[in-house]
Amino acid sequence: MTTTANAESTAETTNRSGLRVDRGSLRSLILYPVILLAILGLLILWLLTADLTNTERVTLAPGELWTMTKQHLWLTLVATVIVLVVAIPLGVLLTRKPFRPFKGFISGVANFGQAAPAVGLIVLFATWIGYGPTAAIAALVVYAVLPVLANTMAGLDAVDKSLIEAGRGMGMSAWAVLWRIELPLAVPLMLAGVRTALVLVVGTATLGTFINAGGLGLLITTGVNLDLSRVLITGSILVALLALTVDWVGRVVEHIARPRGL
Amino acid sequence: MSSQASAEGQQNGQGAGQEVTGVPILLDGVTKQYGSKSAPAVDHLTLEIPAGSTVMFVGPSGCGKTTTMKMINRLIEPTEGSIVIDGEDVTTMNGDELRRRMGYVIQAGGLFPHMTVAANIGMVPKMLGWDKQRIASRVDELLELVSLDPGQYRDRYPKQLSGGQQQRVGVARALAADPPVLLMDEPFGAVDPITRQRLQEEMISIQQELKKTIVIVTHDIDEAVKLGDWVVVFDEGAHIQQYDSPERILSDPANDFVADFVGRGAGLKTLGLARVHEVPRMEAVVVTPEQTPAEALRQAEESGHGHVLVLDKQQRPIAWPSVEQLRRAEKLPHIHEENLPVVGTGATLEDALDTMLVSRAGAALVVGARGRFEGVVDLDTVMETLRDRRAGENQPKAPVGTNDEDITLERSPETGEITIVPSGGGAR
Repeated sequence: MTTTANAESTAETTNRSGLRVDRGSLRSLILYPVILLAILGLLILWLLTADLTNTERVTLAPGELWTMTKQHLWLTLVATVIVLVVAIPLGVLLTRKPFRPFKGFISGVANFGQAAPAVGLIVLFATWIGYGPTAAIAALVVYAVLPVLANTMAGLDAVDKSLIEAGRGMGMSAWAVLWRIELPLAVPLMLAGVRTALVLVVGTATLGTFINAGGLGLLITTGVNLDLSRVLITGSILVALLALTVDWVGRVVEHIARPRGL
Repeated sequence: MSSQASAEGQQNGQGAGQEVTGVPILLDGVTKQYGSKSAPAVDHLTLEIPAGSTVMFVGPSGCGKTTTMKMINRLIEPTEGSIVIDGEDVTTMNGDELRRRMGYVIQAGGLFPHMTVAANIGMVPKMLGWDKQRIASRVDELLELVSLDPGQYRDRYPKQLSGGQQQRVGVARALAADPPVLLMDEPFGAVDPITRQRLQEEMISIQQELKKTIVIVTHDIDEAVKLGDWVVVFDEGAHIQQYDSPERILSDPANDFVADFVGRGAGLKTLGLARVHEVPRMEAVVVTPEQTPAEALRQAEESGHGHVLVLDKQQRPIAWPSVEQLRRAEKLPHIHEENLPVVGTGATLEDALDTMLVSRAGAALVVGARGRFEGVVDLDTVMETLRDRRAGENQPKAPVGTNDEDITLERSPETGEITIVPSGGGAR
C-alpha cells in the first residue's frame, strides 16, 4: 500500500499552498492604519496652524473633542453589542428547521428597519422613549440588525449540508453540530456582517446629536448652525476617520478569527 | 501491495481465520412514508444483514436504497417497523448514542474543513470521552490502516489532501471508535476511476482484517459485485428484486429488472469475481538450472508435457521452455526470464485469462508468497471453475430479504439463523 500513498502524495506539494496566508490582504491591513494616522496628523497640523476664532477654539478644544469621541464610541459600542445579542441568536434560530417558515417575515421586518431613513427612526424613537442616548441606541439597533442577521443566516445556510449530515451521522447532537461545525464555518460571513453593522452604526450615530445623545455629530450641527466651516470639516473628518478605524479593527478581527483550513 | 495476498478468501464474509467483529442487523417490516398520500419510499422491508459481511445496496436512483441505509442509524426515522442490531431493538433508543456506535462514511469523505485530519478522526472518540493520549495513538493507528503516513498527514487540513486521501481519512474517521457496523453512502463515487479501484481493493483488505458488518450504498453494479458478500438489488419503494451472492446475481438474475440492471457482460464480470486460488492447479515438469537439456527432455517425454519449468533454489520460476526450445538448447537458462506468464494466487480469473491468452503455452504459472511456484492453470480448468460457480455450488444460503407484509420471522435458538414463517394459514 505504500506505493499508493507515495503516488498520491506527489500531487500534495501543489495543494500545500492552499493554506498560505494571503499576503496582499495582510499588507493592506498593515497599511490601512498608517494612512488613517497620517490623515489625522494632517488634520491636527491644519488646526494648529489655522487662525481659529474664539468660538472655534472652544468648540475644538482637545478635551471637548475627546469627550465627544468617547460619547460617539459609547453609542456605537452599546448599539452594536445589542445588535449582536439580538441578531446572532435570531439568525441561528431562523435557520433551524422548525423556525424556517418565519425566516421571510423576520427578514422583511429587518429590511424595513434598514430601509427606513435613519433620521426618521431616531426622531421617532426620541418622541417615544424621550430625548437622550437611550432613544439613539434603540434607533441604531433597529437600523443595524439587518446586516448581522442576514449574514448570520447566509453564513449558516452556506455550510455544506453533507458536513451537517456527516456530523449527525457520526453521533453528534444537533447542538454539537451547530457549535462545532456550523458556527465555526459561518464565522467569516458573520464577521463581515458585524463589520458592516459597526460601520453603519458609527456613521449613523452622528445623527444622535439631533436628540441630545451627544457624539461627534455635535461638531457638524454646530458647524452648520454657526457657519463655522472649520468645525464642520473637523467633525466630518473625525467621523469618517472613526468609521474607517472601526472598519479596520473589524478586518483585523476577521483575519484572526477566520478558522484555519478554509 | 497487500491486496494480492489479502484478497484470498474475500469471497466469503464468514471466511475462516479472522474473528468477526461485526454484529448482525435486522430490519423488520420497516416502512418510510413521506406524507400520507404518496407511495412509501421504503415499503415493508424485511432484511437480514449477517454479522461480519459486506452487503451492497444497489438500484436506480430514487429506489430507496439510501433511505433504507439511513434508517439503520436512524438519520431517517422509520414510519413503521423496527431495527434490531445484535439482537437489540434500537428503534426507540437515543439516536445520537446509536450513531456513535456505527461508522458512517459519505461521498467525498465529508471531512470538516476547519479541523485537522487528526481532529476529524478523533471526533467520535472525543465524544466518547477518551483521553488525549488514547485518541492520538488511535489516530496514528487508523492512518496507517488506510495507508497514510501519520507523521505526514496528521496535522494537515482536508483542503491539503487529494480526493482519494480525503476518502481514506473519511473511512478512518468512521472506524475511529471501532464500531461493529460501518455504513457507507456511495463512498467511492467522487474519485477518479483509478483511485476508486485502489480504494476498493484497500476496502477489501481492510474488511479482511476487521470483519465488520458493512452496508454500502452504490449505483454501480460492478462495485457491488466486487465488494459485496451479498448484493441487494432494489427497485422503487425499496422493493427487493434479488438478494443474493454476487455470482448468482450475475449468472442467475431473478427477473428482467435485475438482468437489465446487471447489463451486458455478466459472464465477463464473473471472471472478475473468482480468484486464482479457487482454481485447481496442475503439476508441471520441474527441473533445476544445473540439469542438462537432455535430462529435461526425457522428463518431459515421460510425462507427456510440452513444456519444462526451470525453478531456482527458492522455487521461483526462471524459465518455461517448450520441448522444441529444449532440443536446440545447449544448457538450461540460469537467468530469470522476463515476461513469464505468472499470476498470483490472489489475482482474478480475468487477470489469469489475460495472461494465458498471451502466453506461448496457453497456460499460466501460479506463484504464491515470495514468488514461489505453486502450480499451473490453463483455460480448461478456468472454464470448469466458472461452470461450477455458475451452478452455484458450495454457496451458503442467501440471508432473508422480502417486502412481504404477511410474514413472521423465527430465530433458531441454536444457530441464530433467521427464517421466514408465512402467517395467514396458507391463504396466499
